[in-house]
Amino acid sequence: MSTFVAPAEVEVEQPSFHEEREADRPWVVIVWNDPINLMSYVTLVFQKLFGYTLEHATQLMLEVHYEGKSVVSSGNREKAELDVARLHAYGLWATMQQD
Amino acid sequence: MELRPRIRREADGIRVELPPEERALLAGVAEELISALEDDAGDSAFRRLFPRAHEDEDLEQEFRELTAAELVSGRRRSLETVRRTAMQDVLTSEEADEWLRALNDLRLVLGTRLDVTEDFDWDEYERHPNAPDLALYAYLSWVQEQLVAALG
Repeated sequence: MSTFVAPAEVEVEQPSFHEEREADRPWVVIVWNDPINLMSYVTLVFQKLFGYTLEHATQLMLEVHYEGKSVVSSGNREKAELDVARLHAYGLWATMQQD
Repeated sequence: MELRPRIRREADGIRVELPPEERALLAGVAEELISALEDDAGDSAFRRLFPRAHEDEDLEQEFRELTAAELVSGRRRSLETVRRTAMQDVLTSEEADEWLRALNDLRLVLGTRLDVTEDFDWDEYERHPNAPDLALYAYLSWVQEQLVAALG
C-alpha cells in the first residue's frame, strides 16, 4: 500500500450544527470612550464613515461619552474588521466581538 | 463678540487663516511625529494609534497582518500632507481631511504622554511641569475643532 494514498475511510471532522451557528452570529463594532478624542470629531467620523445622519451620529457619540461605549455597526467578520480598521485610521478606539 | 472662524469652508475650498508662526509649528510637530513613528514605533505613547480589534490573540494576529501596513502608511500620509501644505491658504477637502486625521494623531500621542483625563483642571495648567506641552495640546485641539466645524 502506497503511503501517499489516503485510506478509503477517512474520518472527517464535520462541523457541528452549533459551530455553524457560531460562525454565522454577527459581529458588532464597539467604540470606547477616551478622554482625548473631541466629541465633535467623533460625531463627524461616524457621519463620514457610516453615512449616518447628524442626529444618529450625535446619539452614538453621546452614548460613547456618557456610557463608556456604543455599538456603531455590525455585520459579518469581514465587514466588522473593515469598519474597525477605518475607525482606527481615524484614531477612534474601536474593538469587535461576536454578538 | 463673535469671531469669524479662522478655518472655514469657502467656494474655493477650506480657507485657513493662521499666522506663519502657527503654520510653522504645525509643520514642525507633524515632521516630529513622522520621525518618531519611524525611529521608535514601540513607544508606549503610540499605543492609542494602534489599538487592538480582537480580544482573541489569533484573530488579533490575523487582523494585524491585514491592516497594520495600511494603518502606518495612512498615518504617515496624513502627517506628510500637513507638513507639505502647512503654508497654504486654501486646502482641498481631501487635504483638510488629512489635516483632521493628523491633528487627531498628534493629540492622541501628546495626550497619552501627558496623561490627559476628562476632568483635567485647565485653570491650573500653567503651574503644571509640562505646561508648554499642555498649551500645545490645547492649541491643536482648537485647530481641530475649527476644522471639524468647517468640514461638518
